[in-house]
Amino acid sequence: MGILDSKVPSGPLADKWTKHKNEINLVNPANKRNIDIIVVGTGLAGGSAAATLAELGYNVKTFCYQDSPRRAHSIAAQGGINAAKNYQGDGDSNYRLFYDTIKGGDYRSREGNVYRLAEVSSNIIDQCVAQGVPFAREYGGLLDNRSFGGVLVSRTFYAKGQTGQQLLLGAYSAMNRQINRGKIKAYNRHEMLDLVLVDGKARGIIARDLVTGEIERHSAHAVVLASGGYGNVFFLSTNAMGSNVMAAWRAHRRGAFFANPCFTQIHPTCIPVSGEHQSKLTLMSESLRNDGRIWVPAKLEDAKAIREGKLKPTQIAEEDRDYYLERRYPAFGNLVPRDVASRAAKERCDAGFGVNKTGEAVYLDFSAAIMRYGKEKALTSGIKDPSDETVRKLGEEVVEAKYGNLFQMYEKIVDENPYKTPMMIYPAVHYTMGGLWVDYNLQTTIPGCYAAGEANFSDHGANRLGASALMQGLADGYFVLPYTIGDYLSDDIRTGPIPTDSPEFDHAEKEVRERIEKLMSGSGKHSVDYYHKKLGKIMWNKCGMARNAQGLQEAINEISELRKDFWENVKVPGDMNTMNQELEKAGRVADFLELGELFAKDALHRNESCGGHFREEYQTPEGEALRDDENFKYVAAWEYKGEPKDAELHKEELIYENIELKTRSYK
Amino acid sequence: MNLKLKVWRQNDAHAKGKMVDYSISGIEGDMSFLEMLDILNENLINEGKEPVEFDHDCREGICGSCSLQINGEPHGPDRFITTCQLHMRKFKDGDTIVIEPFRATAFPVIKDLVVDRTAFDRIQQAGGYISVNTSGNTVDANAIPVQKEAADEAMDSATCIGCGACVAACKNASAMLFTSAKVSQFALLPQGQVEATERVKNMVRQMDLEGFGNCTNTGACEVECPKGISLENIARMNREYLKAQAKG
Repeated sequence: MGILDSKVPSGPLADKWTKHKNEINLVNPANKRNIDIIVVGTGLAGGSAAATLAELGYNVKTFCYQDSPRRAHSIAAQGGINAAKNYQGDGDSNYRLFYDTIKGGDYRSREGNVYRLAEVSSNIIDQCVAQGVPFAREYGGLLDNRSFGGVLVSRTFYAKGQTGQQLLLGAYSAMNRQINRGKIKAYNRHEMLDLVLVDGKARGIIARDLVTGEIERHSAHAVVLASGGYGNVFFLSTNAMGSNVMAAWRAHRRGAFFANPCFTQIHPTCIPVSGEHQSKLTLMSESLRNDGRIWVPAKLEDAKAIREGKLKPTQIAEEDRDYYLERRYPAFGNLVPRDVASRAAKERCDAGFGVNKTGEAVYLDFSAAIMRYGKEKALTSGIKDPSDETVRKLGEEVVEAKYGNLFQMYEKIVDENPYKTPMMIYPAVHYTMGGLWVDYNLQTTIPGCYAAGEANFSDHGANRLGASALMQGLADGYFVLPYTIGDYLSDDIRTGPIPTDSPEFDHAEKEVRERIEKLMSGSGKHSVDYYHKKLGKIMWNKCGMARNAQGLQEAINEISELRKDFWENVKVPGDMNTMNQELEKAGRVADFLELGELFAKDALHRNESCGGHFREEYQTPEGEALRDDENFKYVAAWEYKGEPKDAELHKEELIYENIELKTRSYK
Repeated sequence: MNLKLKVWRQNDAHAKGKMVDYSISGIEGDMSFLEMLDILNENLINEGKEPVEFDHDCREGICGSCSLQINGEPHGPDRFITTCQLHMRKFKDGDTIVIEPFRATAFPVIKDLVVDRTAFDRIQQAGGYISVNTSGNTVDANAIPVQKEAADEAMDSATCIGCGACVAACKNASAMLFTSAKVSQFALLPQGQVEATERVKNMVRQMDLEGFGNCTNTGACEVECPKGISLENIARMNREYLKAQAKG
């Protein structure tokens, strides 16, 4: 396949990574001191990579747009992190985690990468505990676990509903230790605006200091992009307001292939949209599906009455409720994977059973769990014949201990008490499985340019399982990239510092400046947000939970028109030599306007339904996704050729040697 | 609802700032405070004026980016939330809202409502970590049992989001609550106790170097903390510090 060589080592699945580590070149400690590495993004993948690389002896420069590495959006991950520890003795193993991940991803990820992920997963937990991450524990002092969607074991470690926060603060503390030693120099409030290639290799970046507006040149022997996903192409998503695709897209424009952009995860349990003013959506952790039951009224007239405010959910009798996930998927019930749960919610709401005023919400109900926990608590507390009221009170305490911060978050936003009345939820854009194409070493198609975490495409196929993003980010950063990058850098021990006064840097800086000037010289008709919201509507309506060929073609045309309009008429106030948040947004939206079109093009070419990519033309009579392994069992990697419409498709065939491809069933 | 806003505008760190009045209408109760500011900025941009710069990112109360002193209180009138989680239903038609940056010598203003909180990073860099390599070659995670109570308490301390509300609430602009939360998290866990002495000394030294004031013992920080970080952390840090001093 020429340049799309995945470089997965040969040999038995379980031995590949060990064999690879034994065979790749190393850089001796003295030489590491002469090598510089740039890491863009300081979330779980970037933060952990930066800390480990610095610890190994490399000189690391980190870049993040936030005012501190601690604020990267990994911090918002709630539910947990998977690891095949099998502490619960429920039959878990590396193989099972590997299998669940491949199956959950609807057979569109690479076996070798996924097995490695499962293999290092246990190490992550050991590492984080050693760093002082306060995971939840049982009374015996050992670590507690919970279950997540798409699996039949309990392998998820968690720190209340703030697991991402605690893991990120762990990586941040490891970074701080290296900053204190002078091995990491952190450039915060900085944004990467371009990748600089010298002799075909990634040798640096152009960045803007977001406080002074200054354009800066930074050189290195390798560049690691850990800049997260592109969910904000939808405008409304669970991503942070600043999350963007710029670093990855700039690398794409310089030659890095962009893989499977249409594989996007719409998360089933988010707080529904409340109005036009909405700026972002808030996730309610998947962990809630351990205890919450999802339902809508079984009768259309009940749903209507609820929407009109004439009926309350608590007034609907048990037999008049449709627990549609339990009905359709008895084996997995409320814990089906995210793509399946999201589509099922959309199906019910489209059929007229939605429960909020917009008709786009379903219930997530904790009353059964509250009573169940309350009874158990009464028993263990020695309370005999407790009243319903006592049981409920005790149960609410248990639920509060498990999910208190999520319930509080819900109440602050919606102004309803979720202990007393069911939560209302609806799917929202959450995560992007697609990203920069990387080989087994996490190297993109540009030598010396690596991608880690959500920014790459590698491990989750067409759908990511819950609690696997944290696992992948830390696996890439702590345990994979620091070793594989050494193999590449072993050729650079005599290179010496990379100068920043070369024609390549001159050229890249000139282009960056021209682009900013162009952004600031629009006719000034509409604000950046105006365009971003318009793009988001096109994406949600035509590239969202269900897609079809006609809609996708329309999306391509509309986005292309919108992009033209944007460059002519966008209004960016102020000037570029100070802090200017509108200018920052404009640069990001400009890239989303290109990515969005490629996204639709990718979705249009993939004539099958798999994972998060559901094409209405390809479904079973029961409305389940219909995969086409004969024609689409490949990674679609797009090469930049100017306009998104001209992007050239390269295929990486996916080879399954250890797993038999099956129709994914959660029934 | 219709509101009057008094907003702090300041061009850069060296410029003199001032309060500027704005009127805003069409605000609904289920908008967040920052969505209200989005609308203000959209209006300003359409009028050809410069929008108000403010820090924000996750908009779900966890990243710690957003700040703002609203009617004299960090993160506004509600409790246990950040500004991004404050909703306009807490205000009523005709209200005047005063919006300022967090005020502290150690948090200089960068522009408008944006302040520089890197002093917090430097306190963490001075010792807010456990000196363990990230190679993964550690003992099994269950090899050292940790009492559930200790783990839960460590978690409570670890939920600090580093927003700086404690400093903004304190009349001495003290960073004791912030610093003590990290000291406590590690002091409560067996993994962190090994280098507890050096950690507390280094972090407190850096805190003083940054120009944060002394603890007032008034507890304003605890009241305004969006994550409910308790004053017990300060007491624990003081004990740790005394122990460290005694060890020399």
